[in-house]
Amino acid sequence: MVPSDLRYTKDHEWVRVDGDTATIGVTDFAANQLGDVVFVDLPAVGKAVEQFATFGVVESVKAVSDLYAPVSGEIVETNADLGSKPELVNSDPYGEGWMIRVKVGDAAQISDLLDAAGYEKLTSEA
Amino acid sequence: MAYGPHTPADRERMLAALGMDSVDELFADIPKPLRSGPLRLDPPEPEQLLMNRLAGLAARNKVDLASFLGAGAYRHFSPPLVDQILLRGEWYTAYTPYQPEVSQGTLQSIYEYESLIAELVGLDVVSASHYDGAAATAEAALMTCRATGRGRVLVSRAVHPHYREVLRTYFDGAGLGLEEIPLVADGDAAGTTDLAALERRLADAENPIAGVVLAQPNFYGLLEHMADASKLAHDAGALFVAVVEPVSLAVLAPPGAYAADIAAGEGQALGIPPQYGGPYLGILACTEPLVRQIPGRLVGMTADVDGRRAYVMTLQAREQHIRREKAASNICTNQTLLALAASLWLSALGPHGLRDVAALGAARASELEAALASVGVARAHAGAYLNEFAIRVPNAPAVHRELLGRGVLAGLVLADAVPDEPGLADALLVCATEVTTGDDIATFAREIGEVLGSPASREPVGVPA
Amino acid sequence: MSASGPRLQPTLFELSRPGRGSGKVPHPPKDALDRLPAEHRRDAPAALPEVNEPEAVRHFVNLSQMNHAVDTGFYPLGSCTMKWNPKVNEWAARQPGFAQLHPLAPDAVSQGTLQLLWELEQILIEISGMRAVTLQPAAGAHGELTGILMIREYHRSRGDTNRTDVLVPDSAHGTNPATATMAGLRTISIKAAPNGRTDLEAFRTALGPSTAAVMITNPSTMGLFESQVGELLEAVHAAGALAYMDGANLNAILGRFKPGEAGFDVMHINTHKTFSTPHGGGGPGAGPVAVGDKLEPFLPAPRVLREPDGSFRLERAGERPTSIGRMRSFVGSTGVLVRAYAYLRTHGASGLAEITDDAVLAANYLKQRLADSGAYDIPFPGVCKHEFIASATSIKKKTGVRTLDIAKRLLDHGFHAPTVYFPLTIDEAMLIEPTETESVETLDAFADALIAIAREAESDPEVVRTAPHTAPVRRLDEAGAARNPNLRWRPAVGDWTPCPD
Repeated sequence: MVPSDLRYTKDHEWVRVDGDTATIGVTDFAANQLGDVVFVDLPAVGKAVEQFATFGVVESVKAVSDLYAPVSGEIVETNADLGSKPELVNSDPYGEGWMIRVKVGDAAQISDLLDAAGYEKLTSEA
Repeated sequence: MAYGPHTPADRERMLAALGMDSVDELFADIPKPLRSGPLRLDPPEPEQLLMNRLAGLAARNKVDLASFLGAGAYRHFSPPLVDQILLRGEWYTAYTPYQPEVSQGTLQSIYEYESLIAELVGLDVVSASHYDGAAATAEAALMTCRATGRGRVLVSRAVHPHYREVLRTYFDGAGLGLEEIPLVADGDAAGTTDLAALERRLADAENPIAGVVLAQPNFYGLLEHMADASKLAHDAGALFVAVVEPVSLAVLAPPGAYAADIAAGEGQALGIPPQYGGPYLGILACTEPLVRQIPGRLVGMTADVDGRRAYVMTLQAREQHIRREKAASNICTNQTLLALAASLWLSALGPHGLRDVAALGAARASELEAALASVGVARAHAGAYLNEFAIRVPNAPAVHRELLGRGVLAGLVLADAVPDEPGLADALLVCATEVTTGDDIATFAREIGEVLGSPASREPVGVPA
Repeated sequence: MSASGPRLQPTLFELSRPGRGSGKVPHPPKDALDRLPAEHRRDAPAALPEVNEPEAVRHFVNLSQMNHAVDTGFYPLGSCTMKWNPKVNEWAARQPGFAQLHPLAPDAVSQGTLQLLWELEQILIEISGMRAVTLQPAAGAHGELTGILMIREYHRSRGDTNRTDVLVPDSAHGTNPATATMAGLRTISIKAAPNGRTDLEAFRTALGPSTAAVMITNPSTMGLFESQVGELLEAVHAAGALAYMDGANLNAILGRFKPGEAGFDVMHINTHKTFSTPHGGGGPGAGPVAVGDKLEPFLPAPRVLREPDGSFRLERAGERPTSIGRMRSFVGSTGVLVRAYAYLRTHGASGLAEITDDAVLAANYLKQRLADSGAYDIPFPGVCKHEFIASATSIKKKTGVRTLDIAKRLLDHGFHAPTVYFPLTIDEAMLIEPTETESVETLDAFADALIAIAREAESDPEVVRTAPHTAPVRRLDEAGAARNPNLRWRPAVGDWTPCPD
């Protein structure tokens, strides 16, 4: 069961909202599909991201996947550990495998996302 | 059939297993209107007759001339061990190492090639190969656009004309801008890139440049001020691409020494015969930060589950089979066997032998220059060169034709190769390598002396060749 | 591993000792480089390995013995056509008259090669049913780019500047969309129909005024002949677009189907697939491109021309301004083309037709053996062409063993694995292409091995999941190789050793 306090995109990103900061990563479903993650290409701090637009790329040995932002905002932090330890995406996708932190523009965008049950349904049908 | 094993009995057996009477049933899914008639080609040719035919065709080429032709493809001595190893079927009848466990030979040989070229060029990342020097240069130029996010590249007119044409084809395709930097026209630096013009162009902040491309030695054999050009490029936020001749790197400062970001070049000189154009070896190398931008295969070292050292294709997510329309390049099949040939040749010669080859070429070129001067034929440029240079020859196309009839392939007629380069209408581009003999040089000097000395040669030429 | 079996080797750098090797070329005069200004000189010599000939030869011979190759065994790599590489081709390419000819040598001294190239073009024109050929491209993907650039130029020349899209089936080889991107065009991927063939209606819907081209592989990458290709080509042309055929699977249609006659405007040919030029561990290949009359004016320059007196020459610079220009330096990978020419002359009309008939028969026979065993899923059980797909989906469901594991276990049986996980659209795919040069005994042995592995997946899945067991190395840490790339040997920094003699 995926964490119930998070919200999800249909492209397998999760978001945790804390005040006006959102932490974003990919789900363990995505990490399993990718296989061993070898590289995460993230934008610089200060860049704007747009809901449902791509903000980066996650690369495994045999696959590449675009990363889609669950919410719009400005990047305030990126996970520096992923540079040396991309495998964190596989081992702890909802924790140490987080990718970017964003200052949220419009909190209402959360309602466009799936909740845990909705995401579970999506992945069980996959 | 020549190589197929199937006897009529074999075919019957296979058809029986399919419950079919005729192989035509296997082609019933081709709609009748689309079925072609029989191929209108000659009948099969037994091997003995084929070999006669091929020998006859080969004999119609003339390759026993005293040749001074370089211009991007160079004759070098190749120790027999190179070809004897290349003829091992385990090397040349394997394909891309998709199953690394049974391809360690190919994989390690590519890793060694990457390492050898990295040493030569002074850059850490070397691709497993590209088609030729021109395609490698085009890929290098495209890399500068991807890496900087800028859409325009400057290329010196002293880069090989074929390479510039290929750059133009690739850049038109990608919708990117390409501009040429002119040559210095007169004086001691004539024939080299006009760095003042380069600086002026780079200063135009309205049209920022992604990359600057110079060759070393350049197409005219002259040595460029690569460090100065590199600095100009970097000061303007552009990347610097050096197009290099690998044998010369035994004695010339390599791209790493002048902070080039990317090196491209033609590896044919590394023991690969001229073969009328290919297959050749596109060399492409870059600094480590650019590793995710470099197209082509990369082989890296790793370990297997038992801890054995092993080699594998890596960073494959850059490539077309994974990234598809987002791949940096569409390259799939490359020139691996030629990379092996280069590794074999470099191993056979070693660093001393390689340096000797470069130095012998320089020595022969000095002799050539002196021999030609002694019959009144002077260089077209004053700058430093390694083993190739242009000479001033009145009615160059006619003289070249006449010399060919006398058994001398007097280099390249520049009026044909670079017709829009002013001041080179009467010039030939000549080179010497370690295989150029003193006799060749004496013959060339004697014959050209005669041809130019005769009254007929002083008449203006009519229609060019 | 037996004592005489394949052996792991240190790198050349580790074999190197100061003072080893040399004796290959004479010494230059001591002052040879005096005239080189200091600015241009290399400070530190390149730290290339110093090995003597015996060490070098043993090194490379031992390395070679770790390779599986067509010369060592069956290599059913789907889509790659790993057929026999004739030995006479190697002799041909090495004839000094061919090998020593400089690419810029004047036409007058190059008549043999020019004639060979011209004749090769005529042969390929007949096989393809097209009008003209360029031999410039160095590989299939290079040919694709050439073809798509010509198509773009064709539209531009007619003032049709809004054609920005290329339609490809979702089973297309990755080079197709990558080519479109290099040509500044957008790829639109069209899902296949349930029967594995292109979905004609989906293509019809997607075709429009912004379509520059469609790129079709025929037979498809599923090994199936596109029976509706006629209707598809009509629809393409009706929309004002042009049709490109990826010729990777030409081995299936020699003498049976001519793309040019059917209506394709351009196709590339992989000489290293259909025409036996060796794969070389990854290359070189050659990718000649054949075109119909619409695209002939745009062919890369220079073309090989035959004069009225029967002599041959290269086009001069600027002689054909409509050309898209050059795709490469010089004229082409002539050494590869000499081999293709030798192969085509060897086979002639009847030989080429026999190649296709035998290749298709062998593939169908092998498919039948697997289908009869019930050991694998055969997504498209009907008649295939020269290759077919088998899938391990059911095996995976039942035992957890995947196509990857089965491929690795095949290595223990002495076979190279088929192409795996391509096309991307079929789950747990194995694309199997036996080619026409493998005996029925080999085909049977391969089928037997695959069936045995399927049984093993049930009885002893672990041994399959941890295969290979007898290869020179076992499964590799590919994640580590990508996370911490080690792409070159780093030699120890030491003193430069002066030349011993």
